[in-house]
Amino acid sequence: MANYHFNFAIVWRYAAKLFDGLLLSIELAALTIAIGMAIGLVLALIELDGPRWAKPFIRGYVEFVRNVPLLLLVYLVFYGIPTAIDLEYDATTSFVATLAIYSGAYLVEILRAGLAAVPGGLIEAGKAIGLTPTGVLVHVRLPMALRIALPSLSNTYVSLFKDTSIASAIAVPELAYGMRWIETQTFRTVEVYLMATPIYLVTSYAILLLLRQVERRYAIARQGK
Amino acid sequence: MTENNVMNEISIEPVIRIAGVTKSFGSNQVLKGIDLDVGKGQVIAIIGPSGSGKTTLLRCINFLEEYDGGSIRIDGVEVGYKGGAGERRRRRSDRELATLRVDAAMVFQQFNLFPHLTAAQNVMLGLVKSRGKTKSDARHIAEKWLTRVGLADKFDALPSQLSGGQQQRVGIARAVAMEPKVLLLDEITSALDPELVGEVLAVVKELAVEGRTMILVTHEMAFAKEVADRVVFTDQGHIVIDAPPASVFDEQPNERLRAFLSRFDVVGP
Amino acid sequence: MTLYLQTLPFLLDGLLITLLVSVGVVLLSILVGIPAGCALVFGPLWARVPIRLYADFVRGVPILVLLYFVYYGLPAIKVNLPSLTAAIVALTAFKTAQIIEIARGAFQSIPIGQTEAAKSIGLGLFDRFVYVLAPQAVRRFLPPFINSVVDTVKGSSLVSLLGIVDLMLSLQQVIGRTHVALPLYAMGALMYFAINFPLSALSRRLERRFV
Repeated sequence: MANYHFNFAIVWRYAAKLFDGLLLSIELAALTIAIGMAIGLVLALIELDGPRWAKPFIRGYVEFVRNVPLLLLVYLVFYGIPTAIDLEYDATTSFVATLAIYSGAYLVEILRAGLAAVPGGLIEAGKAIGLTPTGVLVHVRLPMALRIALPSLSNTYVSLFKDTSIASAIAVPELAYGMRWIETQTFRTVEVYLMATPIYLVTSYAILLLLRQVERRYAIARQGK
Repeated sequence: MTENNVMNEISIEPVIRIAGVTKSFGSNQVLKGIDLDVGKGQVIAIIGPSGSGKTTLLRCINFLEEYDGGSIRIDGVEVGYKGGAGERRRRRSDRELATLRVDAAMVFQQFNLFPHLTAAQNVMLGLVKSRGKTKSDARHIAEKWLTRVGLADKFDALPSQLSGGQQQRVGIARAVAMEPKVLLLDEITSALDPELVGEVLAVVKELAVEGRTMILVTHEMAFAKEVADRVVFTDQGHIVIDAPPASVFDEQPNERLRAFLSRFDVVGP
Repeated sequence: MTLYLQTLPFLLDGLLITLLVSVGVVLLSILVGIPAGCALVFGPLWARVPIRLYADFVRGVPILVLLYFVYYGLPAIKVNLPSLTAAIVALTAFKTAQIIEIARGAFQSIPIGQTEAAKSIGLGLFDRFVYVLAPQAVRRFLPPFINSVVDTVKGSSLVSLLGIVDLMLSLQQVIGRTHVALPLYAMGALMYFAINFPLSALSRRLERRFV
């Protein structure tokens, strides 16, 4: 390795870009997860309990999204749609919408598996105590399904956080964009990377730990039964 | 089954000699000093409440579980360690263990057949790899044993195509084909539907009549009474009783034994 | 319609690069990842720890960030690779970590009774691995592996951000010239779909057969 003079001072001056970027990445992830879960839940319920004709459409959506690169979807929504329809939105909105649709396709599968795995006996017990189908859904099926799906959901959430880095391609000022920005300004690639990587690692790990805690709390509550 | 079933009249070294074996899982001491001798041709049935250590003891004999203290010898050879019982001993290498384990072949509660191999291949694998037989010899031996356990038409069937009772009989064939010094049977009927238990027990009885040395952990009390030379009752990590079946089941000389047996329909003499 | 036919040659050139990158990454990551995954399950501690650290580290970082670093960072420390090579190296580093995880999961999902039965008929570690564990691991490995191949093809689109003219970038170049955005994006999506969907379907079929 040739001589490389590390110069963290220059990079540190722009550190705010990294931390503001991190904040935005987390916001993007949180918004995406919220919308994605809503999409996933609704579609999973439709696929399990809804009319048969709806299933092929949901399948089509899932298959399409999961087999096409996220980057292409991002471009398609940001550059492609405004040319066809008279709609204008900024990069951040566009990205959140795209990633939410993207995540929905993955979450549908996870939530469907979780709901299908709820033991039939529990559902019957719910009916037996007089709950309406909606009541059974809200009080029996959803809590159980979420508990069952929690490990898969955790992994997906962390992946989505990392996927927010794609937003840098359309100049959304999140963490990866900030990293590139500092690098083009200072040419200090290695230092920037050495600063940005731990940020991603720590945040990913923190999210994972947080979700493991949630997992543990739910489990303890159930053991008494 | 031998007529001679009183231990101190046997002057030759017992096939299995277990002395002072202790074993803990974490802070839970499961075996608290087990002494047991098994002579050649004897059938020992181990019974006891769950958690009493009976399965652990069995699994120590072929070193699937490591025992902490004491000694287990098969034909005089210490099973898990070199240099005998005591402080200064070294765990045997994987290779040495492999050679020793064939002498204490085990039949498992969950069958554990290799799903990607046919019945014949399941039996052949150990013969070829551990006993060094040629493939054609191994095939003959496998076919012989599968026929003996009543599966002559299932040589090339995969485990997924067999019923539980059939799978377990393959498991028995696989173990016995190795010509082990002792057969270890770990609750081999506990995972079977009731109507399939009989066919498996019939095979075990035949093997007992032939004079095979066997140790079985079982809940099938009637069977144990019929087949065993000695019945060993374990409770909380100790051997409480080690006596012929008549003594154990009919006289029920011990309080805890009575409590345990009362849960089963053990008929009198 | 003629517009699309005119653009096809450019897109096919890009597709070639996409396939080249994808196949290269898949092959290299198998070459390194499968032995490493086996070492993680069966190997000694001094092998398991670095592999574990590597896999956890790489998977905690977005693939794009890894790509940027390898592509821009290595030249900075005077390691100069041609663009395509750098991109493949970066993507391989990422995918290898995934392969290691998949291999590990494949072995660890085999019930422990299999190992015990193999031990009890006297098989040593090597024979256990070759005749009992590996055959069963392969069946558990293939479905998630094929899914990761799909991920690789999708991930290869990121090399467009490094200026490498793959399908993604050639698509954008064509759009830049013709100003017909949505239909061309849709066509590009279809091309990726055409590659990936058969793979996804295969993975699902294998999963049903094996599990």
